[in-house]
Amino acid sequence: MTHWRFLPLIVLLAFVAAVTWRLSHPPDTAIRSKMTGKSVPAFVLPAALPTKPGLASTDLAAGEPHLVNIFASWCVPCIAEAPLLVAMRDDGVIIDGIAIRDRPVDIAAFLERHGDPFARLGADRDSRVQMAFGASGVPESFVVDGRGVIRFHHYGPILPGDVPAIRHALKEAR
Amino acid sequence: MRFLLLVVALALATPALADSPQPPSHWANRQLPDPRQEARARGLMEELRCLVCQGQSIADSDADLAGDMRALVRERIAAGDDPRAIRAWLVERYGDWVSFTPPVEPLTWPLWAAPILLLGVGAWIVRARLKR
Repeated sequence: MTHWRFLPLIVLLAFVAAVTWRLSHPPDTAIRSKMTGKSVPAFVLPAALPTKPGLASTDLAAGEPHLVNIFASWCVPCIAEAPLLVAMRDDGVIIDGIAIRDRPVDIAAFLERHGDPFARLGADRDSRVQMAFGASGVPESFVVDGRGVIRFHHYGPILPGDVPAIRHALKEAR
Repeated sequence: MRFLLLVVALALATPALADSPQPPSHWANRQLPDPRQEARARGLMEELRCLVCQGQSIADSDADLAGDMRALVRERIAAGDDPRAIRAWLVERYGDWVSFTPPVEPLTWPLWAAPILLLGVGAWIVRARLKR
């Protein structure tokens, strides 16, 4: 029974190994929406700006694929992805926006400064539609096909390396 | 350039997420007038995970989204919804992860069995000690 005295040492080594592994390979904290593959939840959002129409779920089932971008003027990573959205819009992608907890004056200033890629722009003042999409922050983007089915979810800001996957999803959604 | 953008985005993401200048939703920090409904809402809020802070329940979190989730829970409870239906609505969108009560299914059996197993091991150790 003498070998039992090594048990605490083995437990300690196992503990150190587990901690080292988790510190060097932290878990993925991105929250993937479970709505991918399902229809867009039914919603009607009022216009966030007087110059653009608002956004309703029926607008997303009108035959063409859309990129739905959930953003806010108070969101700093949204600034990083703004030029990439404008470039995609220039290439013919229909981009609709949902502004979370925002004011028209702030949204207008943000779009003025960082570019305005949006065809439609809905105001989600209490995050209700954001939750209905299964989005947990800003920015997040969804590819919706012409029948209103969510095909792809992107968590976090769109960086240059993410664009091919989104374009592919948009092509597939045709 | 991509790396730099990523670093900037990551460095700024957490404060930015909880930084809306808008006031909290009406029912975010206000109790329902009916104490029975408020108790039911409270029970559910303590079992739902905040999506921004991830370690806290929405009852404990100050994040904007947690406030909006509390407002959602209170409004739906006040409208007569069952807490289980509200939880199911959120689980459908965010997965089981959003609920602090894991479902009993083959994948989570070890989780539910662990306390019983550990108690058994403890009882066995105590018995061995007492025998000596």
